[in-house]
Amino acid sequence: MAVECKEYLDWLSDYVEGELDPELCAEIERHMAECGDCRIVVDTLRKTITLYRNYGHEEVPADARERLYAVLKLPRPAA
Amino acid sequence: MEQKPGASQAEEAALVQALKAGDEAAYVKMVERYSPTIYNLALRMTGNREEAEEVLQETFLSAFRAVGRFEGRSQLGTWLYRIAYNAAMMRLRRRQLPVTSIDAAEPNEDGEIIPRQLVDWGALPDEILLSGELRRMLDAAVASLPEGLRSVFVLRDIEGLSTAETAQVLGLSEANVKVRLHRARLALRERLSSYFATAAPGVTVGMPGGSYGGRM
Repeated sequence: MAVECKEYLDWLSDYVEGELDPELCAEIERHMAECGDCRIVVDTLRKTITLYRNYGHEEVPADARERLYAVLKLPRPAA
Repeated sequence: MEQKPGASQAEEAALVQALKAGDEAAYVKMVERYSPTIYNLALRMTGNREEAEEVLQETFLSAFRAVGRFEGRSQLGTWLYRIAYNAAMMRLRRRQLPVTSIDAAEPNEDGEIIPRQLVDWGALPDEILLSGELRRMLDAAVASLPEGLRSVFVLRDIEGLSTAETAQVLGLSEANVKVRLHRARLALRERLSSYFATAAPGVTVGMPGGSYGGRM
């Protein structure tokens, strides 16, 4: 990554979440129009976040849920 | 401040009141509503299902004992997640694992993570990404994060808590949560990119100044 790219690095999470100041946002977009490396970083950063948001969560296993209610002495609601 | 969907302030106040009155249905409601995030936080922090289950049980047993003293200064979920987080961290300490993993995505002196992997896998379809092997890789990548980044990442990006609530659960400032989240994401992006650079077919490796838009 070029020195210029590193200056933008700190802002990329805010950028992909649309939380960035519009002026800085425009600056990053101007930079990305010329910098393939930064486009890749932004695209793959975005994909990383999406993957974990969509697939990172695990359901409590049914048997663990059953044991939880038994330990807590509560009636287990229908799943 | 964001609220979890379905948990308006008035509804939560009523739930807390019912809990204090010993209403069984209210206990069931609390367990149903907050178990998923407690379990996932515990699972990612301890790295194993048995311990995650034990933390889940311990959290509610502690909460049941203490709910009479819950003052509502934080949200009920925040309070429960904090109990769970502390329980998980106690376990890690007992195990005497190192506090941060050694090869945690090579931050520089300021703790900043500079992207080195410039593989363009952003357009790969999820079906390819989510084969069994890749799922294990996603899990392993989170597990490789230092604890201080992992807890923030799990609560913010996997469980969808707000910055403010994550800060309360972990006892951090909101600014600190944002910095840690960003570092966690960059570190994970790096891990995933390394994986795709060697393991996934059809990924175009970006060249410095190279063209955009890998095939797939």
